[in-house]
Amino acid sequence: MPEAGELQRPRGALDIARVFNRMALQGFGGVLAVAQRELVERERWMTPAQFLELLSIGQILPGPNIVNMALIIGNRFCGWRGAAAALAGMLCLPLLIVLLLAVLYRETMSQPMVAGALRGMGAVAAGLVIGTALKLVGSLRHSPLGRPAAASVALLTLLAIGVWRWPMVVVVLGLGGASVAFAWWRLGK
Amino acid sequence: MSTLLFGAHGLDGGVLLSLFLHFGMLSLLAIGGAITTAPDMQRYVVGEHGWLSDAQFTTSVAIAQAAPGPNVLFVAVVGWNIAGLAGVAATLAGSLLPSATLAMAASRFGDVRRKSRGMRAFTNGMAPLTLGLLLATGWILTEPVRNSPGAMLLVPFTVVMLVKTRISPIWLVAVGAVVGAFGLTG
Repeated sequence: MPEAGELQRPRGALDIARVFNRMALQGFGGVLAVAQRELVERERWMTPAQFLELLSIGQILPGPNIVNMALIIGNRFCGWRGAAAALAGMLCLPLLIVLLLAVLYRETMSQPMVAGALRGMGAVAAGLVIGTALKLVGSLRHSPLGRPAAASVALLTLLAIGVWRWPMVVVVLGLGGASVAFAWWRLGK
Repeated sequence: MSTLLFGAHGLDGGVLLSLFLHFGMLSLLAIGGAITTAPDMQRYVVGEHGWLSDAQFTTSVAIAQAAPGPNVLFVAVVGWNIAGLAGVAATLAGSLLPSATLAMAASRFGDVRRKSRGMRAFTNGMAPLTLGLLLATGWILTEPVRNSPGAMLLVPFTVVMLVKTRISPIWLVAVGAVVGAFGLTG
């Protein structure tokens, strides 16, 4: 693991694109896991602590965490060109692959084995998302909201979005706003 | 060939603009990442407009999970299914431009003061929402296969594997594909 004094820098926007491209192509089921290995251990562009800091910022900002991180990292090293290079590197080839797979599926989906395989993959995709959710439960144990409030907000969100199918804007601004206000109040006590 | 490139709704400007604007709004609401907006995307493109079926939507997510790269690319598959390459441009630009602009602004205009009371209220206040959104998303994704015991067994199997082991998600997707191919998810 690099210490602060041993850090390297990318050689330019193209270098950034190259690294983010390589990172994305290894990222099956998501890029974040690979990102630390590539950026911290292999390229030594940042320390583990810096990586975590960037991850936190990426999570606070709306949108895909890894996309936000790519933009911030690219910008820090090479300005807007670096940001664009990071984004392009991370998305171009994977986009092409994903669309080719979509075409392939479209052409073969009438075959029962293919249709069945995609149903299975869909079920797994659902499981992966639920599993990700369950991994977060632990971090809510010590929420400043208190466990009853945190659990209630989570449950209400699940019902509102998953069952009652309310528009997301209503839930995020309404329930989210209330939850944030409550958290603000609790943090001031 | 033209439906391959342009989809059923092709260069219908109204559809493309609606997609771009709605996905753009969701981009700014995506506090838990792009996948947490999937239920609303599904509500919009399947429920409200009927541009896609449930099955097509979930399949789009599954394809993006199976492929390398950021999972946000599922919106590209959704866009392609609706309106071909133009649809991809609409959904991808919508999903990325607003949040990317915000990220660039945050990166340029100073340090995000994460320890301030306001920031901590935001992250702690939104955290249970993210949990609920993810659970809702998982539930929505099971919609096309709720009638299949085999498929519904894959869900807890995947959850256990993901939480209790360090098996990479791609292997779990592969298991799902094989189980499905053998007709166990009918």
